[in-house]
Amino acid sequence: MARMTGRRLLFAAPVLLVVTFGVFAVAAASPFDPVKAYAGTAGLTASQETLDQLRANLGVDRPLVARWWEWLTSAVTGDLGDSSVMRRPVADVITERLGWSVLLATTAFVLAILLGTALGVAAARRPGGLLDRCVSSAAYTLEAAPAFWLGLLAIWFFALRLGVLPAGGLTDSGSDTVTFGQVASHLVLPAAVLGVSQMPWFYLYVRQGVADALEEDPVRGARARGLSERTVLLGHAWRSGMLPMLTLIGSRVPELITGALLIETVFSWPGIAAATVEAATSVDFPLLAALTVLATAAVLLGNLLSDLLYGLADPRVGFDG
Amino acid sequence: MTARSIRGTAAAALAGSLAFTAAACSNPDSGSGPDGGDQESAVVGIAYEPDSLSPLLGYGKDGNSKLFDGLLAVDGDMNLRPALASALPEVGADGTTYTYRLRDDVKFSDGKPFSAADVVFTYRTILDAKTNNPSKTELAAIKDVTAKGDDTVVFTLKYPYAPFAQRTVLPIAPEHLAGKQDVNTGPFTTKPVGTGPYLLTNWSKGEKISFKANPDYWDGAPKVKKFTMAIIKDDDVRATRLRAGDLDGAILPPNLAKGFENDKGRRTYSATSYDYRTVTLPTHNKVAGDNAVRRALDVAVDRDTMVDKILDGAGRAAYGPVPTGSEWFTKGTERVHDLDEAGRILDEAGWKTGRDGVRTKDGVRASFPLWYLTGDKLRQDHALAYASDAKKAGIDIKTQAGTWEVIEPRMRTDAVLAGGGAPGDPDFDQFSLLNSGLAGDGFNNMAWYDNPAVDKALDAGRESGNKKDRKAAYDTVQRELAKDPGYTFLTHIDHVYVVNDTWGTLTTQVEPHDHGLASGPWWNVEKWAPTP
Repeated sequence: MARMTGRRLLFAAPVLLVVTFGVFAVAAASPFDPVKAYAGTAGLTASQETLDQLRANLGVDRPLVARWWEWLTSAVTGDLGDSSVMRRPVADVITERLGWSVLLATTAFVLAILLGTALGVAAARRPGGLLDRCVSSAAYTLEAAPAFWLGLLAIWFFALRLGVLPAGGLTDSGSDTVTFGQVASHLVLPAAVLGVSQMPWFYLYVRQGVADALEEDPVRGARARGLSERTVLLGHAWRSGMLPMLTLIGSRVPELITGALLIETVFSWPGIAAATVEAATSVDFPLLAALTVLATAAVLLGNLLSDLLYGLADPRVGFDG
Repeated sequence: MTARSIRGTAAAALAGSLAFTAAACSNPDSGSGPDGGDQESAVVGIAYEPDSLSPLLGYGKDGNSKLFDGLLAVDGDMNLRPALASALPEVGADGTTYTYRLRDDVKFSDGKPFSAADVVFTYRTILDAKTNNPSKTELAAIKDVTAKGDDTVVFTLKYPYAPFAQRTVLPIAPEHLAGKQDVNTGPFTTKPVGTGPYLLTNWSKGEKISFKANPDYWDGAPKVKKFTMAIIKDDDVRATRLRAGDLDGAILPPNLAKGFENDKGRRTYSATSYDYRTVTLPTHNKVAGDNAVRRALDVAVDRDTMVDKILDGAGRAAYGPVPTGSEWFTKGTERVHDLDEAGRILDEAGWKTGRDGVRTKDGVRASFPLWYLTGDKLRQDHALAYASDAKKAGIDIKTQAGTWEVIEPRMRTDAVLAGGGAPGDPDFDQFSLLNSGLAGDGFNNMAWYDNPAVDKALDAGRESGNKKDRKAAYDTVQRELAKDPGYTFLTHIDHVYVVNDTWGTLTTQVEPHDHGLASGPWWNVEKWAPTP
């Protein structure tokens, strides 16, 4: 187990290198001009001299490889550079926003897992039953629905029609202290939408896994021995039916990140995803590179976590190698 | 840990958090909604967000920055009045030295006194090549700025520049804080300290900027104790949140503002502006560079219909960067919509109508592309209306959408639907737009306009300190522009705001191209007082 973890972490370094270089290369090839993005409307009245000065100050006229190498060497020493779009050090931008994103993503993830598991187990008990048919078709529909569309729909219904939940932001626009109650009520809609949009995968996996497990010999055996339905379902079938879902937990991380990106934008949630979009369209290399490293690391860790969980839950699987 | 104990802990945590939530929700101080008749706080919805709150990087350069004061400020009638300076500047005889005496009773909100050193620091830092201030071009006239003692500042200019005083509304930053950190990315860019009527309490990027009144403000503490600017980019969401009572006021497009017309609790304000939309007619294009084509387009275009249909009446026809309502506008240079006249001009110049209805001359088809910014509905509407008007005169204009990255390399030969506008002084817009020396310099003089008579008049206008001479110079510019229209000016756009009438009747200033943050009825929120 420790060996697998060590090997994976060793493997992560070259992956991160390639990914950051890819980000620099793609951003350099993009048609967006970082100087224009930096100057904004003022750039439309600025003289060429001012624009050239900005270009030199921002260091965006140097070759791609040199910029990447410079970013990499200072990042290794802990200096992530300055974000041009936020006018602040990258480390500040990330520490200020990461927490809100983690809160949103974790709440949504927990919601998705709980909801997906509960509904999956319930549906698996009677495949083809009313609950199964309703939830399954809803799950397939949700699977196809884009998260931002669900978000807009939720704003329209809960914020505009019913007026029961705030439409966006972290707190009410009139208040500037961040209280628990304010954040909690503002978290409901975005987390619910993100959670519900992730739910179908968990639901479908659990439903299938548990339904299959119910057909397996040990479960039949347990039933034959006269154990209660409850014990059979939760003690035997659930446990082996959950195995595929453990893999899923890790592999859903990338989807969760992209989902959060759209949801944060729709709900003006001041998380890291909104900064990512801005960094990308403004070709803000230092911020973009740091965020990409974070996202890549999250994906790699997610995969590692699911493999570890799988290995722990089912000793037959073992740890690779 | 056993399953039971985990369950117990979770339940306790949940109960605790629910209790906390309930407590926070029932706290009457936690959120004072505008519906509660609270006249000490105001929340307004704006569409744009500043990149930085540091004046050193360009924030508040046109005045009204709330957190800061400039040496001078502009009042409701757009006249300059002293702010941090104790009087208007003394201008040297040759127009190249400006001397300001400063107030001696002003403190920054951290308690440290304001002095001449802060003024010198602010201007020198902005002009420093290492400072990433994209607006520094506006201060290009300055040769040097020096302090004489604690209360006098002297600016020396490279050339006589009459509008200079107008530039000194620029906010002053404290040297003792901003001078000790990286000017481009230091904490001062997001947590500024100034001398202004408000202090920054919170800036949640992309969400809102919150201010609280500065109790020690030198010009009297504001009555509106809390002021919040909510950043809501989408027009419909802004209108909805205004209707829901979440906002006390907001900038809205004219068609959405109409929905509030009959609302008894709210008033609609329409602020006149210098914000123009124009079509550049590049000199290097064989068709658009032809004087006959330019003049024909100038009369073929139906400006009044654009104002009615595109702006819902909230605007005025434009004949140059100076709006018709300004004291600097040259009466008699208005061009009436006259399609027959356009045809006559083109016929005389030898542009013959071809079989497809498009004119040609010497084998050149009267056709050129017109670019507009992708996603800008207002510019798109103007471009389409312009092309359709031109078609009637036999000129084929192909409209195309693109980002600035796509448009910029083509500006030398292709037409662009451009916008701009800076109130304050007639020099600001006209010089950068029409001076041949600035042709193709960044986004200055995008049409490569080149008219020696205009160049001469522009120099005369900025160098003379005498208002009558200046007026005569700008009259020449506008008459020349009518004879040789290197741009087809279409409209000046009103900015429309809807505000709760809790504060009675408010005023607006004449507004620049950028709007909503420093202007709007909240340009002087520090002077708002509740209606009795």
